[in-house]
Amino acid sequence: MDFRFEDEHRLLQETLATFLEKEHPPARVRALWETATGRSRELWARLAEIGVPGLLVPEEHGGLGLDEVAMVLLQEECGRAALAEPVISTAAVAAPLLRELGGSAAARWLPAVAAGEAIVAVALPGLPFVSDLHVADLLLFGERGRLRAIAPGAARATAQPANDPSRRLFSVEADPDAGEELARGEQADRLLADAFARGALAAAAQLVGVCRRLLDLAVSHASQREQFGRPIGAFQAVKHMLADVAVKLEYARPQVYRAAWSVARAAPLRDLHVSMAKDAAGQAALFAARRALQVHGAIGYTWEHDLHIFMRRAWSLERAYGRSRLHHDRMVRAVMEEGVPIGPGATFGGESS
Amino acid sequence: MDLRYTDAQRAFRAEVRAWLEAHVPREPLPSFDTRDGFEAHRQWERTLCDGGYAMVVWPVEYGGRGCDLVEWLIFEEEYYRAGAPRRVNQNGIFLLGPTIMEFGTPEQKARFLPPMARSDEVWAQGWSEPNAGSDMANIQATAIRDGDHYVINGQKTWASRGAFADWLFGLFRSDPGSTRHRGLTFVLVPLDAPGVTVRPIAQLDGETGFAEVFFDDVRVPVENRLGPEGEGWKVAMATAGFERGLMLRSPARFQATARRLVELARARADRVPAALRDEVVRCWRDAEAYTLETYRTVSRLLAGGRIGAEASLNKIFWSELDLRMHETALEILGDLAELSREAPAAEGVGEWLDGYLFALSGPIYAGTNEIQRNVIAERILGLPRG
Repeated sequence: MDFRFEDEHRLLQETLATFLEKEHPPARVRALWETATGRSRELWARLAEIGVPGLLVPEEHGGLGLDEVAMVLLQEECGRAALAEPVISTAAVAAPLLRELGGSAAARWLPAVAAGEAIVAVALPGLPFVSDLHVADLLLFGERGRLRAIAPGAARATAQPANDPSRRLFSVEADPDAGEELARGEQADRLLADAFARGALAAAAQLVGVCRRLLDLAVSHASQREQFGRPIGAFQAVKHMLADVAVKLEYARPQVYRAAWSVARAAPLRDLHVSMAKDAAGQAALFAARRALQVHGAIGYTWEHDLHIFMRRAWSLERAYGRSRLHHDRMVRAVMEEGVPIGPGATFGGESS
Repeated sequence: MDLRYTDAQRAFRAEVRAWLEAHVPREPLPSFDTRDGFEAHRQWERTLCDGGYAMVVWPVEYGGRGCDLVEWLIFEEEYYRAGAPRRVNQNGIFLLGPTIMEFGTPEQKARFLPPMARSDEVWAQGWSEPNAGSDMANIQATAIRDGDHYVINGQKTWASRGAFADWLFGLFRSDPGSTRHRGLTFVLVPLDAPGVTVRPIAQLDGETGFAEVFFDDVRVPVENRLGPEGEGWKVAMATAGFERGLMLRSPARFQATARRLVELARARADRVPAALRDEVVRCWRDAEAYTLETYRTVSRLLAGGRIGAEASLNKIFWSELDLRMHETALEILGDLAELSREAPAAEGVGEWLDGYLFALSGPIYAGTNEIQRNVIAERILGLPRG
């Protein structure tokens, strides 16, 4: 029983954090908003050098061959930096999906994903939009009982501009005979459920990072902004607002880390653990956004101030891969109807010993 | 990261479970805040101690079992799973014990820990005074050195377990010219010493869970000082860290309450509105989150980390969760929720009402949650002091 991360995973996290701090400040986010694609192939290539898109790609295909426990640390940093690149869909969802499919699809695409040369968009049943289709080299198109590989140009896509300018969303339809079928029936459903779990986990981890950033911004503002002759952060009303954010963040985190462990090991209660994590991280980030805005006051309500970059990330990620309500309902079913083991000792399966 | 129990940990769980099944009293004991209940709980502690389970993380020589903190969490899980009695000597075993382990001399460890493990000596806390509550550094009670004794004068209040306890630990001002955090000394005082007057205080539930304690030229030998003279604040903060951060409220306690809450809602599934059911599930989830966070903290401690200001995050979380769980249960119980334990129609209700009354104290004791929020803001987030 050990909740600590490996030193090498922490090191990777620090490397990415340092890189993003230098190369991806809020000014870069704004600059990318103004471009046609909102994405940067050059940035993606640099992320590939660190190993981000290939993190879950097996070593024989040029990746790092690591698992979701390492992945959540990297996603956290991506969230903290409000990175818009498709690190969830391509790195956290498509790469392991291709890995599990194996065969020619894996051999064809995984080396390119790891090298930062291919971006893969993913459509999952139940989710209305596909992100990053406009920059994708491949669309993995999932429907109930069916998974296909489709060339992005062969799908009918309608752009759906989002409140968060970093989000590039599309509704997508495909002709029944378009593309190449990769899996069907139960196998397809299982792969798509795995994909959804990985996407929700990655979004939860990013939300933890967004939450951290929102809290940091609010603390920094409250320490500098003076009213009544002292920093507003010296007032208890402000202190307590931010202390509450710290509490929510602290208790969302271990849920995300445990979910990562459960996803990496395909644990029986994986979906419940992922839903707990996604709901907790989403709620923490939304709460942080509200409190951070209130602490900033009117300046935080402007387009010029950077706060809204991160508020918008909180809002959009809370929606991504199942909004909180969906994940909450999955918890309700598990606890109230399906009778998962609960009570002292049940958390790590001690009940069954 | 490896979130699995080892074979040894699983075996330990099985062993604890079997022992508790054989020894936990079938009928619940009367409240330990009554004279009879107090003694009944003391007897239970002796049974636990004879079984080697009084305080599993302590070294064997002091009445413990030499377990690590993961095993302690496992023990706690089994303890609450079995519905075993509340720990009458929690001030001793969970708070003072670890503090003595850290700051005590070998003689003090040998003198105080074994009788604490057996509850031959049950401890009360002596922090608060009439004018030192949230502002604990305003302590006025004095312990003035006189040769090889301290002479104690003044008053402590809200001393939990004070009504029936044998000993009290607390902070006293040893340097009469000092102010605030300086000049305080941590002293252990026998409550049967001449000059000690204990006046029990009835709590919100009507029972005497705490007391006022008056000291009138009470002489205590210098050996009863824990840590250096004048360094009492530092020693007390370590105790408070254990209290808020880890020992006092192990996650199993809240998981047990959450399970009862889920069972209550399941049993009335057809009558529980969706909004309440949602809140039940949130409570369950938060009890799980508290468990996960505690295991994470324990991993950190086992690797040489220490509990610092983050104990304040825990204290807010568990105290507010406990209150929410009881409020939610009373909401589900509806009209029955105003009944006390003796009411004929109140089967299963009284427990929730009792629990609610107790939970109401959570955001107050061990440092009010407002003080904890200040600690988080200033010491974790780095916001300017007020």
